[in-house]
Amino acid sequence: MIIYTVGRILQTLLVLLVISFIAFLLVATLGDPLGILLPPEASLAERQELILRLGLDQPMLGRFLHFLWGMLHGDFGLSYRTQQGVGAMIAARLPATIELAFVSLLVTLFVGVPLGIVCGVKPNSVVSRGVMLVSIAGITLPNFVVGVLLIAIFSVQLGWFPSFGRGHTVDLGGWTTGLLTVSGWQAIILPAITLAAFQVTFVIRMLRTQLLEVGQSEHIRFARARGLSERTVWFSYAMRNALLPTITMLALQLGNVIAFSVVTEGVFAWPGLGSLFLQSVQSADIPVIAIYLIFVGAVFMIINLFVELSYPLLDPRLRKGRA
Amino acid sequence: MKLRHTSVLMAPALAALLAMTPAAQAAEFKFAGPLDAYTLDPHAISNTLVFAVLRNVYEPLVTRGKDLSIQPVLATEWKQVDDTTWEFKLRKGVKYSNGNAFNADDVVFSFERAKKGGMKSHLSEVTAIEKVDDYTVRLKTKSIDPILPKQIVNWFMMDSDWAKENGAVEPGQADNSTESYANRNAVGTGPYVISARDPGVKTVFTANKDWWGKMDGNVDKATFYVIANPSTRVSALLTGEVDMIDGVPPQDASRIEKADGLRIEATSDLRTVYLQPDVARDTLIHGGGVEGNPFKNPKVREAMKLAIDTKAIQKRVMRGYSTPVGLPIANEVEGSTPELNAPNKPDLAKAKELMKEAGYDSGFDVTLDCTNDRFMNDEATCLAVGSFLSQIGIRVTPRAQATARWAQQINPPGYDTSFAMLSYSPYTYDAHQFLATIATTRDPKSGRGAFNIGGYSDPELDRLTTEIGAERDQQKRSKLLEEALTILKKSNTSIPIHQLQILWGVRDGVDVVQQADLSYPLAWFTVSK
Repeated sequence: MIIYTVGRILQTLLVLLVISFIAFLLVATLGDPLGILLPPEASLAERQELILRLGLDQPMLGRFLHFLWGMLHGDFGLSYRTQQGVGAMIAARLPATIELAFVSLLVTLFVGVPLGIVCGVKPNSVVSRGVMLVSIAGITLPNFVVGVLLIAIFSVQLGWFPSFGRGHTVDLGGWTTGLLTVSGWQAIILPAITLAAFQVTFVIRMLRTQLLEVGQSEHIRFARARGLSERTVWFSYAMRNALLPTITMLALQLGNVIAFSVVTEGVFAWPGLGSLFLQSVQSADIPVIAIYLIFVGAVFMIINLFVELSYPLLDPRLRKGRA
Repeated sequence: MKLRHTSVLMAPALAALLAMTPAAQAAEFKFAGPLDAYTLDPHAISNTLVFAVLRNVYEPLVTRGKDLSIQPVLATEWKQVDDTTWEFKLRKGVKYSNGNAFNADDVVFSFERAKKGGMKSHLSEVTAIEKVDDYTVRLKTKSIDPILPKQIVNWFMMDSDWAKENGAVEPGQADNSTESYANRNAVGTGPYVISARDPGVKTVFTANKDWWGKMDGNVDKATFYVIANPSTRVSALLTGEVDMIDGVPPQDASRIEKADGLRIEATSDLRTVYLQPDVARDTLIHGGGVEGNPFKNPKVREAMKLAIDTKAIQKRVMRGYSTPVGLPIANEVEGSTPELNAPNKPDLAKAKELMKEAGYDSGFDVTLDCTNDRFMNDEATCLAVGSFLSQIGIRVTPRAQATARWAQQINPPGYDTSFAMLSYSPYTYDAHQFLATIATTRDPKSGRGAFNIGGYSDPELDRLTTEIGAERDQQKRSKLLEEALTILKKSNTSIPIHQLQILWGVRDGVDVVQQADLSYPLAWFTVSK
């Protein structure tokens, strides 16, 4: 068990190193920060001076090692665009993204799970058919279309929710939260629904398939044969088997939600990591893009690691096999 | 007893309330734009948006008034005392928002500081500064510089004591050293102070009660939100969450016009869009289907000019929100005349004839390098240019890229393009700036012509440009400018498309002032309901 854990952690670190290098290579060829930083009337001497200061004349590998060395010492570099520390910029934007991911996960759980159960238990009912039909929209409509539609209906037409921003936030020792104010909750609803639109349909479809499959299996038939009520059969026997894979997938989706909230954040001017990423890409702000990509990679790897490490705990068969 | 106690307490409160009545008309103003100022450091970078935001907090010696003329701010009068010396008398009794007094030491300090930062090109003509007394400074120029006041409208004054106390003596640099304190904090002499800021999200301005000047408007608190997505920006205006938005997409303008209580405010932007074909190389590096470089033939360039219908681009692509021009500089720029800047009249028959005469009636292929995120509808304009040129056999492949990539490709020292769509906005409002950086022969040593992407070279134009730079007599200077611009226009090496427009969506009951330099002069805005 310990060897398994250590092995997994080492693997994760290795993959992170590779991600760092790829991220660095990607952004090193992304564009010319000089074009953004210098005014058109700057002289060639000024250009040369800036190239030297930014170290753009150094060989690629040297720049990468320097970058890695700094990162290991907690120095994430300065943004070309805002001239602030990249670490601080990401830390300032992180709460908004995490809260958005959290609330959208809640939406997914409270909407997706019950509907998924209905569709799995009574696949031929009118409700199930309706839900499945609507869920096609959730899968096929791109995020930004959902966002723009929600703004047009609930902000512009009905005036229920704000169309942009985070509302009033409260600072809790470095963590700004919008979840303690009314305007904060009003502001988070539309982006959270937008972000959850895909996840909800995903969960519905996943649960339905699982339940349909489990419903046909031997132990459910035996449970029925024992004369247990339909309710007990579904909720005590079938659900357990169906929920495990769903929760695993949801955990992995959480990484997706944090990483790919870029589009949703862009539409709602939500001041999270996604907006920061967009602003940085526009101005070829290499240090920020690099750290962002590595950060997202790390989030994925860590969630993956936890999921993998939890398998032996959940499934005794795995525990035996490794011992 | 208790009652009397209360009334005693109430009296001063009531008095305070009465005293505040005039201020009650003061209003709050909320607005949104697509981008945030990168930094609050006035000397770190030469960027229109940074200046647009900071002009509310920091002040220069002189500025442009509502009529674009040069107006006194922290300098009350100025004159050229000899060929290479300008003298500025400073305003007395001006205080920074931290209470410190403004004097000549701050000007000297701000000069030294700006010379180390990204906006030093604005002061490139100035070699030294000299404090004559507490309220007089002299600027020494490299050579005769008749337009110095126009060049320093974005040179903001910083409090030397404040900078020293907070370790902000050096302007912020984009290297991996340390962040300057002035990057996120601002203390100026201007009409507003920044009371809260979340970079890339919002900036809150509060009126500076001790400002020396007089507010034309009544905005005592303004919040600037950054909303990158244009349709969300329009929604925020429609819902009334903001009073004004910058950067209205032309395709949404009619929707705003039709909405109750909203209107569009548009004015000319100094930025002018033009095309530059590569006339320096002997072959087309991004193109083909032809021997040699057809752009070297003046007839081909003239044909291109005649084939592009800028009025149609104005109508179809820009929905009316652009000004077709005949020069690659804006109408408001010194040197532009109505005759020279009259839009070109398209003439397709003649254009085809010229192509035939030049021996290119079977046409050729070329790639047009454009941006897709730099200004309003740049990609659409690029495509439109391509389809106009295809009518005379020039098969254009538009290559629209993000500005960062595009700049890396076409900028010096590579100039890796055969045909590029560019835009320029001279902050001096003077055509000499365009001539010196874009139209004269490339000279890596002096930096002149560095952004002459097409590589055009005419000794006569170079000579005139040098002469204009040193001419003090206004009339002679105008004549020289006209001469130079006529040569440039005849060469067709910069084919003008249009001047952009600043497009704001504004709520009724809000009066705004728009300036061609894209600034947000909050002190001139009035919110009446």
